[in-house]
Amino acid sequence: MEKELKQGRFAPRMVAGRKIYPFIENRRYYLFIAIGLIVLGFILALWRGFELDIEFKGGSMIDYTYSGEIDPDEVNAMLSDEFSEPVNCQISRAIGSGDSNLKVSVAGNEALSPEQLGELTAILNEQYPGHDFEIYEANLVSPSIGRELLRNGLLALVIASLLIIAYVWLSFRTMSGPSAGVMALVALFHDTLLAFLAFVIMGSAINETLIAVILTILGFSINDTIVIYDRIRENIGLYREELSFVDILDLSISQSLGRTISTSLCIFVAVVTAYIFALLYNLESIKEFALPILVGVISGTFSSITISTPLWAAWKMRDGRTGLED
Amino acid sequence: MAKSSRARFGERASLIPFFSLLALLILATLLCIFGWTTPLKNAQGERIRLKGAQEMRYGTDIRGGVEAVFAPHNFDVKPSPEQLDAAAKVLNFRLDKLQILDRELTTSPSAGRLILRFPWRSDETEFKPETALKELGEMAYLTFRKPDGTVAIDGSDVEEASVVLDQRTNTPVVALKLKEEGAQKFADVTGELVGKPLAIYLDETMLSAPVVRDRITGGAATIQRENMTSEEAFDLASKINGGALPFALKPISSSSLSPKLGQNSLHLMTLAGAISFILICIYMVVFYRLPGFIGCISLTAQLVGVLLAISLPQQTLTLQGIAGIILSIGMGVDANIIISSRIKEEARKGLTLPSFLHNGFTKAFSSVMDSNVTVAIAAIVLMFFGSGTILSFAYSLLAGVILNGITGVWMTRKMIASLTKIEALRKPYLYGARRNA
Repeated sequence: MEKELKQGRFAPRMVAGRKIYPFIENRRYYLFIAIGLIVLGFILALWRGFELDIEFKGGSMIDYTYSGEIDPDEVNAMLSDEFSEPVNCQISRAIGSGDSNLKVSVAGNEALSPEQLGELTAILNEQYPGHDFEIYEANLVSPSIGRELLRNGLLALVIASLLIIAYVWLSFRTMSGPSAGVMALVALFHDTLLAFLAFVIMGSAINETLIAVILTILGFSINDTIVIYDRIRENIGLYREELSFVDILDLSISQSLGRTISTSLCIFVAVVTAYIFALLYNLESIKEFALPILVGVISGTFSSITISTPLWAAWKMRDGRTGLED
Repeated sequence: MAKSSRARFGERASLIPFFSLLALLILATLLCIFGWTTPLKNAQGERIRLKGAQEMRYGTDIRGGVEAVFAPHNFDVKPSPEQLDAAAKVLNFRLDKLQILDRELTTSPSAGRLILRFPWRSDETEFKPETALKELGEMAYLTFRKPDGTVAIDGSDVEEASVVLDQRTNTPVVALKLKEEGAQKFADVTGELVGKPLAIYLDETMLSAPVVRDRITGGAATIQRENMTSEEAFDLASKINGGALPFALKPISSSSLSPKLGQNSLHLMTLAGAISFILICIYMVVFYRLPGFIGCISLTAQLVGVLLAISLPQQTLTLQGIAGIILSIGMGVDANIIISSRIKEEARKGLTLPSFLHNGFTKAFSSVMDSNVTVAIAAIVLMFFGSGTILSFAYSLLAGVILNGITGVWMTRKMIASLTKIEALRKPYLYGARRNA
């Protein structure tokens, strides 16, 4: 016959002929973990410092390839004498190929002009002959364009989020749409916030890659929440008379667990592969992209279980309601 | 209703859909890999070529190149759209001269700017983007020169040039209209040069050297040449107009990327993508058996479809665009996992094959559809509000999500239904039921 089920706060119980896990009853613990992670993320991010990349704040960033060995501090001192604006030099290395890059950023109210960029390259090659400085990547951005890009990016994010909520509202109106939509937004916010913090903690300055990260996570997060909501909508139709609201929610989450784990695993594999390659060959933009995506995707799958659904349950059962009222 | 749709699974199914879809997929994959030169011809009499993934048009962030935003320099008011178009003409002329043919030049009338993108080929070791940008931004200088090289009048004296048809000879000629001060100077110089050429220069390039027939007063002249085609006439007129540009252009922002970096990351990301795709397929086949296998075919179809949707209309694919592809493929993986796990769940209830397949697909449908529609909404919004790079993300995401709807929902179902015709493929075990059940 049936095996004896384990006892305890997180132990499964039998409902509708299958084992289900008490997600809703333990929502306080999950919320506590979620808030704890965000607080921890904020502390680490503050310690790292939030910084706008030159794409958004304006300025110049030039990445040079070179041969041999140079001392970045010495280069920094030399260039600071040549330019009136503050200069910052950094060296990065690829683990796989062993190539080194020199990153020169010049702050200022205006981007360097193409002539000044030519001068900079000439100075480097004059002062350090034999190192063959070559431009690998150069970004010279005027602050007004940077602000415009940032504003457009943020506007797009806000409008997309609002429309997503409207659609979830409409699509799940049979199970009280507005609250479902709002809780989906809370989960969305949680996931993008964690991805954003991961991005900052990694040491990347806020740039267009971050916008792409957030857009991608927005997509994954809403997808995850909808999969669970869909199961709840179906189960409310099936078990409205037989089961309690909490049982229906726990059943829905437990039934979707197989899919949740499979999807997370597949995406995990894909992103980790990309990350390993990026790490080996020092591909800044991919590295910057992959890790926060990983954080956001994992957060997205679990926030639909531990945040949007439990919060929605709490709202539906406020002031002693059963949760199944129309 | 339900009964008739259930009947599509099992003996009465037909194998035709499976094989025709498979054939279609193979054709699409071949097109995606090799491209195809059709027998149809375009207006120029060249055969139309359908470009595959190898001829993908990559953004400057992938293949290396230069992107620059030009704004008027020392110009107080916002330039009018006509002035911007004139500026674009000059830039196009100079780009041709620099042999930068594969470029993208757009005007942004609302911001009063010009945005230029062009690739930077790896064989161009001598090419210095900073020099090119500086040259491009300098003011075009239109001059009319006497045979001894002295400048008679310049661009600031010219009102406009246009193409008209000469009534007598019925050939196109360029009509030149001069400003008031210019008209007087022009009358003087043409009087001096009757029977001699008056050369028209844009910077140091000679555009044309018409011979003066008469002293021209009144500030209106025509330039004609034997056998001048209307195309040549338009070209000359636009260059004269371009040279009359009232402002110099300054690159206020620019980014250049060495092609080395781009090719490296593209190559590595393709490799990483291939490895992950294979790993995901292995996982799906091991855990979801037959539906997992069909899911992999659908995913291949989705991927091929997205690549074609980008390469056929020659949309520019940027790194953000690749992020969009990744997101849509991720959703495709999820859609197939949702369907497969739903079938597995229903199969384990011990239902008959038509019932568990029907239930599995029907129940998975709403969640796959809802998430696709939601993400499609987000993608459409981004297409309207996003600028350059976000646009590329939105395009590939939208294409991917639409294809996910077709392949993940419809194609997977058709193919599985079709395969149930084969008796050996009707064992519940193949759909995730326990072996002894």
